[in-house]
Parts: sequence; structure tokens; C-alpha cells
Amino acid sequence: MKLTLKIWRQKNAKSKGNFETYQMDNVSPEMAFLEMLDALNKRLVEEDKDPVAFDHDCREGICGSCGMYINGHPHGPIPAITTCHLSMRFFKEGQTVWIEPWRAKPFPVIKDLIVDRTAFDKIQIAGGFISVNTGAAPEANNILIRKKDSDNAFDSAICIGCGACVAACKNASAMLFVSAKISQFALLPQGKVEAIDRVRAMVAKMDEVGFGNCSNTGACEAECPKQIKLTNISRMNREYFKAY
Amino acid sequence: MGKLNSKIPDGPLAQKWTKYKASVKLVNPANKKKLEIIVIGTGLSGAGASSALGELGYSVKTFCYQDSPRRAHSVAAQGGINAAKNYQSDGDSVYRLFYDMIKGGDFRAREANVYRAAEVSNEVIDHYTALGVPFARDYGGTLDTRSFGGVQVSRTFYSKGQTGQQCLLGAYSSLNRQIKKGNVTMYPRREMLDLVLIDGKARGIIARNLLTGEIERHAAHAVVLATGGYGTIYYLSTLAVNSNASAAWKAHKKGAFFANPSFVQIHPTSIPQLNEFQSKLTLMSESLRNDGRIWVPKTKGDKRKANEIPEDERDYYLERRYPTFGNLVPRDVASRAAKERCDAGYGVGETGLAVNLDFRDAIKKQGVKTIENKYGNLFEMYRNITGINPYEEPMRIYPAGHYTMGGLWVDYELMTTIPGLYSIGESNFSDHGANRLGASSLMQASGDGYFILPNTISNYLSNEISVAKISTDKPEFAEAEKAAVDRINKLISIKGKQSAGSFHKRLGKIMWDYCGMIRNEEGLKKALGLINDLKEEFYKDLNIPCPANELNMELEKAGRVADYFELAELLVTDALNRRESCGAHFREEFQTPDGEAMRNDDEFAYVAAWEYAGEGKQPILHKEELKFEEVEMKVRSYK
Ligand SMILES: Cc1cc2nc3c(=O)[nH]c(=O)nc-3n(C[C@H](O)[C@H](O)[C@H](O)COP(=O)(O)OP(=O)(O)OC[C@H]3O[C@@H](n4cnc5c(N)ncnc54)[C@H](O)[C@@H]3O)c2cc1C
Ligand code: SF4
Ligand code: FES
Repeated sequence: MKLTLKIWRQKNAKSKGNFETYQMDNVSPEMAFLEMLDALNKRLVEEDKDPVAFDHDCREGICGSCGMYINGHPHGPIPAITTCHLSMRFFKEGQTVWIEPWRAKPFPVIKDLIVDRTAFDKIQIAGGFISVNTGAAPEANNILIRKKDSDNAFDSAICIGCGACVAACKNASAMLFVSAKISQFALLPQGKVEAIDRVRAMVAKMDEVGFGNCSNTGACEAECPKQIKLTNISRMNREYFKAY
Repeated sequence: MGKLNSKIPDGPLAQKWTKYKASVKLVNPANKKKLEIIVIGTGLSGAGASSALGELGYSVKTFCYQDSPRRAHSVAAQGGINAAKNYQSDGDSVYRLFYDMIKGGDFRAREANVYRAAEVSNEVIDHYTALGVPFARDYGGTLDTRSFGGVQVSRTFYSKGQTGQQCLLGAYSSLNRQIKKGNVTMYPRREMLDLVLIDGKARGIIARNLLTGEIERHAAHAVVLATGGYGTIYYLSTLAVNSNASAAWKAHKKGAFFANPSFVQIHPTSIPQLNEFQSKLTLMSESLRNDGRIWVPKTKGDKRKANEIPEDERDYYLERRYPTFGNLVPRDVASRAAKERCDAGYGVGETGLAVNLDFRDAIKKQGVKTIENKYGNLFEMYRNITGINPYEEPMRIYPAGHYTMGGLWVDYELMTTIPGLYSIGESNFSDHGANRLGASSLMQASGDGYFILPNTISNYLSNEISVAKISTDKPEFAEAEKAAVDRINKLISIKGKQSAGSFHKRLGKIMWDYCGMIRNEEGLKKALGLINDLKEEFYKDLNIPCPANELNMELEKAGRVADYFELAELLVTDALNRRESCGAHFREEFQTPDGEAMRNDDEFAYVAAWEYAGEGKQPILHKEELKFEEVEMKVRSYK
């Protein structure tokens, strides 16, 4: 199929960006979205032009590297998948496709479609862990956990840290991401001892690095490729109130 | 140089590690802070090592090329992680896990290392559980397990189909704790370009800041490579697309021996290649073989839809050929059996290069809900990629390049042949032999990082306490930096027409065709010529449009592909040298009448450790003889 791509090109953090237009003639519906970009980049390199920069690695929807705005949706128009799992099957002959980076103040653009998400790491470093030394752990079955709690913790823990929730939010809030992390530990007995310090530290860091507040719009949940639930945010708020 | 000393402690197998730990030299806590360690990689092995070393009080500097350590390739492991807990009381033990690994590896792994890996496996599970990894649980609140290929016990711990992700996030969290404490400094978006040796010892690295293109020097008392496997040498593989061999290769060129490079596991359950633009193959966890049954039609070229083919016209060829293990035979056996059926004309799908993995019976017996609970996300992933609903139709699968058992040669202490340079996780060679038993890599990578290296490294560092902080102004750093810059300039200045990726793709095809699931002498010799021709073309016709002093992904790729050309030659040379079939290395000339691998223990019960001899020179082969004291080398049979 034939497609028209409008891609955001920005040389670096300091320069101004703009949309460039590229025509693609031979897009197969079996290609993945990133493979379509690979094909474009191959052509650009052969024409001695700067290829489009984008982050990607596992291409299995699990590492959280990839992510871009496609026709107004983070990770593209299909719910619950990452950009690397988006298939060209979902696009139509002759369609125009707008491709942009995440846009949020705490995620500055590095180049083209790549943004800096180290703000997420900073929040995790602030307290997203359980303090236990290697070799000092009790026998695993000494910590009994109700299956339901463990399953719920897992459902929160599967966040891939892609940042789509932030990009989707009009306030650039990181609440969905942070609440998923806090929920995982809040649901498990191992994390209880530090619960108060954790939620305080992570929320403080989240504010400090410049993420906005939640105003319950729910765009994050709608666009999250891993279907992380808004209930995490309520749980985080409860944890936060408990901590003060 | 050239003598291999594996430093295996004496005494009975089951006591070696305990004895070693009790006698290893220690470093005084006050001195630890002064000792600097560089760790390259933040997968389970690298993140584990960094956090454990940080906890001990060393000054650690950790590097990875992703934007965040949490994205290391370990994140993609699906199926599970083994331990010898015997929670199911099905007769499991450290010895049995050890034995399954040795047998699974077709008696080409080192006994002492494998036993130790099995031994620390239980601590690994305890540690991850304490870190809050949500492993699957039973209703009574205890941990649940499942089975994996090649074994008859249930010892695999898992978090649905996202075990690697959950373990890596656990390891990343322990790393973060040390970063916060200031014991670990994290350098993301850095690529190690070269290793720096001073007086023959590993003393630092040259790295490129991938955002700015700046070349950096980093010094330390010891360097640990936790850089993962090189399966992407096949271009299409189940690995993350940025996985590569460059760090290990540069270390090899500086004197670290490379062992058994030709042992590359082909995984039987990947989604088949769908089109020519494909950039990778997606793995479907082999845990699916617990409940999925593999079959092809009994009639050649039967093009009916799978569900229209009646029961008695289906050939469950694994259950037929291997009644004891059935669908759970090890990976090499399952992969070759699939290739055999497809080559014989029974393959399914448009290309005929696929077999069915069918859940019909399991769904009938256990219900959709149970199956969804076990494999839900894998089923969704399959549906996203292929557009086919595996709850209604069988999945289609085919083998794909996956895990590299070969890697840098290390001794019992996980040190390479370069003093002060260590290699852990998938980047070393020692634990998996010629074929890796499922779910044992996460276990080995974690064991190496969290529990083994932090002990063994003190034996070396205890002699280094008098060595002052190493200065990056030394001439050795300047030299290595210059060499790295020269290499970059060489690539940039070719100014040809083709992209690095297109060379990679062609190299991968050569490797898959002649040195993939099946090898023979004629093909391997042909491959050597083809690789060389393509390499020459690469140095004439590569194009990298952007300059080196900025973010430049084409340059990154080109550097990795350049190293792959050299490794490819070594890999093929190793495959040629090993005139036997064992595990993943199947030489057509050496097989039994019914097509099973035929080992030659008299001549090849050794590790092939290759020494770099210089550009264009034949590498030098060193042999580490493999002695089996506690197990007998038997013909590996899964019938
Ligand atoms: C799809 C898939 C599924 C799997 N499933 C399972 C499973 O279920 N069970 C199991 O036991 N095993 C599984 N494996 C194997 C297992 O995941 C890997 O062997 C293991 O995770 C390797 O861990 P590692 O720490 O050695 O390296 P990796 O996790 O690969 O990490 C490598 C690190 O090195 C860094 N790095 C590499 N080169 C450089 C450089 N030059 N400069 C700077 N940094 C560098 C990278 O940034 C990365 O951080 C699977 C593998 C794949 C591909
Ligand atoms: S909550 Fe969802 S959208 Fe946000 S980082 Fe996690 S996976 Fe991505
Ligand atoms: S590339 Fe890893 S999630 Fe898309």
C-alpha cells in the first residue's frame, strides 16, 4: 500500500523541529510499524540523508523503549499495544500518518522521536525498591501471599515504563506509572515496612522532576499499552494519605 | 600465555563451592570503598552483580546502552526461572537439576560450574521473592511452579509469561537502592568500545556517549562484562534488535579467549518469518509446550485449515518419536524435528515453514479461563502479530536463533584469560554446554551476578588494595581511545551506498543457511568465503550519513556489524573444527541412522577456547578437557 508519512524531525534538544513529509510506496500489511520506519530509514541512508531516530529494542512489547505519537494516539490507534507491536494491517491505502515524539516538559526531545525519560528512573531511585541485602532473604515460602494479592500485584508490576501515560495526559501527570509501582509493593507483605517512606519519597520526587497532577481525565488508562488501571491511582492516594 | 587453568577447587562436587567460599581471600570493608569495579550490562547478571557489589561496599560504575537499565534484554524472557526447591515433592534436588543441565547440554559444559549454578538457584528465588517479584502462587499462598522442556519435574518459577520482566524489574530495583546510596554510579546510553589493559590487567574501558558521541575513559580495578548473547548474528533471532557481541569481541581481541562460539541454540517455538522486511522473530515461550500439542498433517502438502483436519490425519510427531518426553523434549531435538517435517513437505502455512502448536485439547480439558491464566499475554501477543486467534486456531511456530551457549572463556571464578576481566551471564560460556536447558539462563545469570561473582572477585581484588585509584591519563587509555576513534572514522569515511542493516541482514542469511540448525563441511567452507566477500563489500560500500559527534544510530549499528563479520568467521571455524554432533551443533556428517546427533567423546570432550592471533591470522585453538567425575557421559536419549 501507499502511505504519506508526516514525521517530526528535530536535530537535537536545542534546535526547532518541524514535520517532514515522506511518501512510502511499498508498505506490506504484514510489516510492523517500526519495520515500516526501518524501510524508510534504509532508503534515507541510501540517499545519504539523516535517518529518523527512534528508540526501540526488544520489539516484543516488553522493554518499554519504543513509543511515539501516531495519528494523535501514543503507540498508535489500536488499544493495548506498543508501537513495536502495531501492525500495518491496521492502516489503509493512501492514508496520511502523523508521527511525533511524546510531548511533556519532563520528557525533553533528544532527537526526532526520541525523548529523555530519565525522570522515571529518578522516581524509582527515590524509593521504588524493597531494602533487602543479597543473601539475607528468608526462604521464599516463608512469605505466604494470597493468590489474589499476588495476581493483583503482578497486574500493577507489568508497567513497562514507556511514558505513554504521561504523553497522553493533558497535565503531563506520571500518576499512572508511579501508582503502578507503589501498588505492586503495597499489595505485597515484603514491602510493608517501608511503605510510608516509599510513597512519600516517590511522590515528592515525581513533583520535583516536574510532572503535573492528576485531574481524573483517564486518558492515561485509555492509552496505556499494558492496561494499567486507574484503581492504582486511588490506591496510591490512599497510601499517601496513610503516610501523613 | 595459552595455558588454560580452570581453577576448579578439588574435593567432592557438592562441597567445592562451600569450600571455596570458606577459603577465598576477603577484602577489608575499609578498603572496599577504594576499589572500583566497572560492570558493563544491566540484565539479570549485570544488575545483580552491581547491586551485590554495591551492598558489599565497592565503588561500582555500571553501563548500558539503553536509556534505562530496566530495559536490558533480560526483560524479554518469558517462560520462567529454575530452582531446585522441590516444592512439588516430585523428587527434585540440586543434583537432579545439575544432572538435567549437564545432560541437556550434551556433556559439553563444565561440571563444577553447573553444579554451583544449581546450588545457588534456591537463593536466587528467595532473593527475588524478598525483592517483591510477584511469582505465581498457589491458593495456599505458596509459590507455584511449572515444567519446561527436557525435564520430568516441575521446578520452574514464573510470573505468567513475563518472568524475565519481573525478575529484571526486581534486579533493577535493587540496583536503584545502591544508586541512591551512592555505591553505584549508573551510566546509561553508553556503549563500551574497547577494553583498556595496563600491565596485562583489565583496568578500564573506552565508551561512547550515545547521545553526544563523546568518547569517554573510565578506569577501575576490575571490569565485569555482563553483555548478553550474540544471537543477533543471524539478524533474525528472538533477541532484542540491539543485542550484539561487540564488548566481548573487543575483549577477545585484547586477549580474552572465546569459547565454543558455534554453540547457538535454536529455539523451537518462535513465530515464523512472515515477510522479507522482518526485523526480528518473536518467541512464544516454550512453557506453551506444557499444554500445547505440536503436529503437522499426515498428508504431504495438506492445505486444509488446521481445524478441518480430523484427528486421525494429524501427526503428533514429537509424541510419536519421543513417547517419554513428548512435546517437552529439549529445544535442539524439537527444533530439528520441526525442520525435518517441514523439509519433508509436511509444513503448514503459505511458506510450509511452520508447524502447528495446538491448544484445543488443553482448552477442552482445563477450560479457557485456566489457559488464559497461564498464557494469556502470550496468546494476545500472538494474535497482535499474526492476526490469528490461538484460542480458536492452532498457533504456527518455527525454530529461530535464540541463545548463545558460547562466549568468553572463564575459569571457576568467572575470570577470563585477562586478569581482572570477568564475564558473567550469557556473555560467558561455562554452564550450558552445547544446548541450554529451558529456564536455566535467568537462573545462571542471576546466580553469577548476585551470588558467585561478588565472592570470587574478592580473591582478585584482595591483591589490588595497594593499587591506587587508576588514572585515565595513562598512555594505555590514550592509545585505546585513539584506536576507537580511528575505527569510527574508518567506518564514517567509507561513504558508500548501503546501510549497515542491509549488510547485517545478508550476513545473517549466510549464517542461518550454512551455520544454523544444521551444518556440514562443504557449507561451512562456503560460508567462510561468502562472509569474507561480504565483509570486503562492507568496507567499500557502507554509508553512514551523520557525523560521529552526535546521536548516530547508523554508526552504532555499523560498529556492531563490523564486529559480527569477525565473530562470524570464528563461529564458522569453530563449527568446522568440531567434527561431531552435540546439542545445538548438528553436523550432518555425524548422525545416527534415525537422524539423532552423534557425539564423539573420544576426540571432542573439550571446550574449544580460541585465542585471537591478529588480523587475518588463523585463531589459535586451546582445549580445556572436560572431565566428568560425578556423571557418566551417556548417549542423550529422550525416547
Ligand atoms: C525472547 C527470549 C526469551 C527468553 N526466555 C527465557 C526464559 O524463559 N528463561 C530463561 O532462563 N532464559 C530465557 N531467555 C534467555 C535469557 O533471557 C538471557 O540469557 C538472559 O536474560 C541474559 O542475561 P544477561 O544478564 O547475561 O544479559 P542481557 O540481559 O542480555 O543484558 C545485556 C546488557 O549488556 C549491555 N551491553 C551489551 N553490550 C554493551 C556495550 N558494548 N556497552 C554497554 N552496554 C552493553 C546491554 O545494554 C544490557 O544491559 C530468553 C531469551 C530470549 C531472547
Ligand atoms: S502505566 Fe502504562 S503507559 Fe504508563 S509507563 Fe506504564 S505501561 Fe507505559
Ligand atoms: S521495542 Fe520494546 S516495547 Fe517496543
